Amino acid sequence: MSLTQYIFWFLSFLALMSSLMVVFTKNAVYSVLSLIITFFAIAGHYLLLNAQFLAAVHIIVYAGAIMVLFLYVIMMLNQNKDAEPNKHPYLMIISVIAGGLLMLTLVGTIKGAELPGSTIVDAQVGTIEKLGQVLFTDFLLPFEVSSILFLAAMVGAVYLSKNKLQS
Amino acid sequence: MDPLLFKAILVVAVFGITLIVALYSTFGERKIAAVMQDRVGPNRAGPFGLLQPLADGIKMFMKQELIPSVSNKWLFIVGPCIAMLTACMTGVVIPWGGSLTFGDQVFELQIADLNIGILYLFGVVSLGVYGIMIGGWASNNKFSLIGAIRASSQMISYEIAMGMAIIALVMSTGTLSLKEIVMQQDAGLANIVYQPLGFLIFLVCAFAETNRAPFDLPECETELIGGYHTEYSSLKLGFYLFAEYINMFISSAVIVSFYFGGYNFPFQHELGLDGNLLTIVQTLVFFGKIFCFVFFFMWVRWTIPRFRYDQLMHLGWKVLLPLALFNIFATGMVMWGMGKL
Repeated sequence: MSLTQYIFWFLSFLALMSSLMVVFTKNAVYSVLSLIITFFAIAGHYLLLNAQFLAAVHIIVYAGAIMVLFLYVIMMLNQNKDAEPNKHPYLMIISVIAGGLLMLTLVGTIKGAELPGSTIVDAQVGTIEKLGQVLFTDFLLPFEVSSILFLAAMVGAVYLSKNKLQS
Repeated sequence: MDPLLFKAILVVAVFGITLIVALYSTFGERKIAAVMQDRVGPNRAGPFGLLQPLADGIKMFMKQELIPSVSNKWLFIVGPCIAMLTACMTGVVIPWGGSLTFGDQVFELQIADLNIGILYLFGVVSLGVYGIMIGGWASNNKFSLIGAIRASSQMISYEIAMGMAIIALVMSTGTLSLKEIVMQQDAGLANIVYQPLGFLIFLVCAFAETNRAPFDLPECETELIGGYHTEYSSLKLGFYLFAEYINMFISSAVIVSFYFGGYNFPFQHELGLDGNLLTIVQTLVFFGKIFCFVFFFMWVRWTIPRFRYDQLMHLGWKVLLPLALFNIFATGMVMWGMGKL
């Protein structure tokens, strides 16, 4: 096996393990920290695929910003065992069934899908120059339209916080 | 020499120099504070007190290590480690000088010339928050938690304005590689000429990101005892304090590389120096520039009083962010006017 393959297996193992930790650990802070490790592993995968820009932005946006806010909220909640509401056993059964169904769908889809053989595309495909070229020529309209989504989220956040202040 | 071996030597050298500079920054800070407050400062350990940092270091090692019984032990230890790790990681993309030539081999004095260098830098800076947040939360102490929350909200707020200032710089230079930014400043003028407002915003944000005065609210003694490191003792406390000095050194290096020509100096090609000698002089000049900024950091600390928390947030969101947005707009307009788009 080449070095790249070793790195691939290591990153995949790390990603799977840490994402399982997110679900199985009882402590919410540990969950968030494992999710951060998952993001790092996925960013490593992006690097292996030569998508440096995506890797950097993945770290900056997810690990550096969104997860900080997650951690923030969880730390402020200061949750402990006593404060946890009693969950009905039916809820557990229902969620197991729902999750199982989702897994069934996923497995079915992946099994039926035809994986394209690995073809060597342009080695520069993920670099920031290429990405910028494509985003601002071929996909200019979708790119600009997606910014409206962010604008809407920002306006929504401002509206919600201002609304609280007035009442 | 094997290029990999050279890289390894460079990594160790950058790491060592960073630590030594940070070590002596603590000494420099105390001496500068002494001069500004008309005192003598540390002068007992060694000649002129030069061994004071070593004495402080030994003291930190020898102190009893306390881990609060109510704390989350694992995260309590991880916190300062992350703070130190992220502080040391940023030195990787900084070009410390030109290139050295041995025989027919050329070695660049930069550990990694990433073509996303600025994004890497920004990513590592944004991870620095975790060290403080995890440490503050794991202490299980309300003052630590409040300190950690203050620190992290301050860092997140100023990161945005900092990113916006960098965007204007990237627009005018057209590259994300630090090496290329520095090389462009060799050919033309230093970026401070093109980005004066961006520099100002970046400088203020650098103060906030390193948690230095006047933005040292996270460790505001009058309100929060010691902030996020209230419960820390011995070397773990040392890590937090030391990380601040490393951050100060690295952010000075970044400011110099971005806006003040990096390792370049005026008329460097007219001196008639040969390749390797020029590189050494360049590196020394680079360190000279960095130390000017480190001094500036300390100067500000002993001159300007601490902000109030609402003033801090006001400055970040209502002054720096609009200014940074205006800077992007103005940069775009000027570039459009000059036909560079």
